[in-house]
Amino acid sequence: MAEQNIQRLLAQRSFTELGARERARALLDAGSFRELLDPFARLMSPWLPKQGIVPQADDGVVVAKGLIDGQPAVVIAIEGAFQGGSLGEVGGAKIAGALELAVEDNKAGTPTRAVLLLETGGVRLQEANLGLAAIAEIQAAIVELRQYQPVIGLVAGPVGCFGGMSIAAGLCSYLLVTREARLGLNGPQVIEQEAGLDEYDSRDRPFIWSLTGGEQRHASSLVDGYVSDDVEAIRSELHGLFAKGKPELERSRRHAWFLERLRAVDTSVQADAAAVRSAYQGA
Amino acid sequence: MTTAQQQRGLHWFQALAGDAQSIPGLPASLRVADGELGGQAVRYLAVIADADNPFPRARNGEVGLLEGWGLAQAVDEAIEADRDQAHKRALIAIVDVPSQAYGRREEAYGIHQALAGAVDAYARARLAGHAVIGLLVGKAMSGAFLAHGYQANRLIALRDAGVMVHAMGKAAAARITLRSVDELEALAASVPPMAYDLDNYASLGLLAEVLNVEQVTQPTATDLSRVKDALSRTLADIAEAPRDLRNRLGAANRAASSRVREALRAQW
Repeated sequence: MAEQNIQRLLAQRSFTELGARERARALLDAGSFRELLDPFARLMSPWLPKQGIVPQADDGVVVAKGLIDGQPAVVIAIEGAFQGGSLGEVGGAKIAGALELAVEDNKAGTPTRAVLLLETGGVRLQEANLGLAAIAEIQAAIVELRQYQPVIGLVAGPVGCFGGMSIAAGLCSYLLVTREARLGLNGPQVIEQEAGLDEYDSRDRPFIWSLTGGEQRHASSLVDGYVSDDVEAIRSELHGLFAKGKPELERSRRHAWFLERLRAVDTSVQADAAAVRSAYQGA
Repeated sequence: MTTAQQQRGLHWFQALAGDAQSIPGLPASLRVADGELGGQAVRYLAVIADADNPFPRARNGEVGLLEGWGLAQAVDEAIEADRDQAHKRALIAIVDVPSQAYGRREEAYGIHQALAGAVDAYARARLAGHAVIGLLVGKAMSGAFLAHGYQANRLIALRDAGVMVHAMGKAAAARITLRSVDELEALAASVPPMAYDLDNYASLGLLAEVLNVEQVTQPTATDLSRVKDALSRTLADIAEAPRDLRNRLGAANRAASSRVREALRAQW
């Protein structure tokens, strides 16, 4: 038994330790990875240099075409290490544009499917309104593409998925998280700034993880899968979900169920992890 | 006083919807009513301040858990009701949303998912052939605007200093970007997407039209007829156009958004 565990651990390859490009490569079938607008295309943020910030040649977004389980796919990976994975004009347009082309593929009979690797704080504040506009277009494209093929989001960590992109995550056909993931609309610092320390202590990491961490989101049915930090485990989960096809009703369409549950919540007391798990039982 | 405290959303809703009864069964922070505009069926939707909101961080017109899911319900009901109709009612989102709700309850119960519910419904309505217009009468901030308005076929704004689109309030944006509010304002003056004023926003090409009005907080008869004319004109324009958001591309201050798409298509 001990021997088996050691073998299993040796065979594991961490996904969260990989950068965006390696993540995309790891999820596409071997040998099928082809990056679009790679760093040599030099499509960089026109707005960061004006603010004394060094831009990056891929603007922190990797778009790769290839195959997943033998089917045409596009994997879009946000690089959490560049500007906190924030989305500016170029990175945002790369994501929206790729999803729009996948929609065109499907309309023309090519069943291109999409995977989004979400490591992002949301809008890049240095490009504020152009980031926000791009996120609206990303959301529009997810809803459209989802009609044809599952769109699968994965939050692996360590950055997590926040801001407008957490809403995009909520639109995916399926959403996967690891233990390292956090998923929430507002970053802890912003809530503390807007609502005060009593409401949200951004330095209390156990508290933040207890509410927005991957395990809690899975236990309260706000995501579809809780995966270990292992390339093979994630690949096999993706294959399984694509084989399953589109969900009967996407989570973002379940307003009746959520409203019923939220109306029953005692809002006179502050929320905690157990209350949320209990309220969302049976999702 | 904030634009939501001025009840701009409510006043424009009342002016546009007239005597129509607000649809029951929705959270008290929403006003939704069906009416007619230039002979076409329309549904007006607004998020308003509700001092008795059960969620304490959503009492000033913020878009929170109930508002996100409630908008989803109101829009979805219109999609269902018009499923077999050749002509689908238009949806007019009256936008005066100071922010999403910032709070512990909100994060814990998944406000991101509630806002996704609203985005989902508006986007599906547009794809199903409902004309969707976002009418900006006050603040249109961040996640709140994504949930209520930003999925529209067309955006129309009233020209007023209180009409503002942005990703984050100034104080929080300064903290997150490690700048002072003064530094942030200085940068905003020279970087159009960072600016907080409407003219800079308009330069990004995201607005179909900017309208002058006499009394933005409480519309006069002239204001109302000017806005109704613009809405009718826009509905006719939408009827002839694709159901996607491509019409937002093309401005010089948003040239990279087009360039990226062209380059992607060439390599696809």
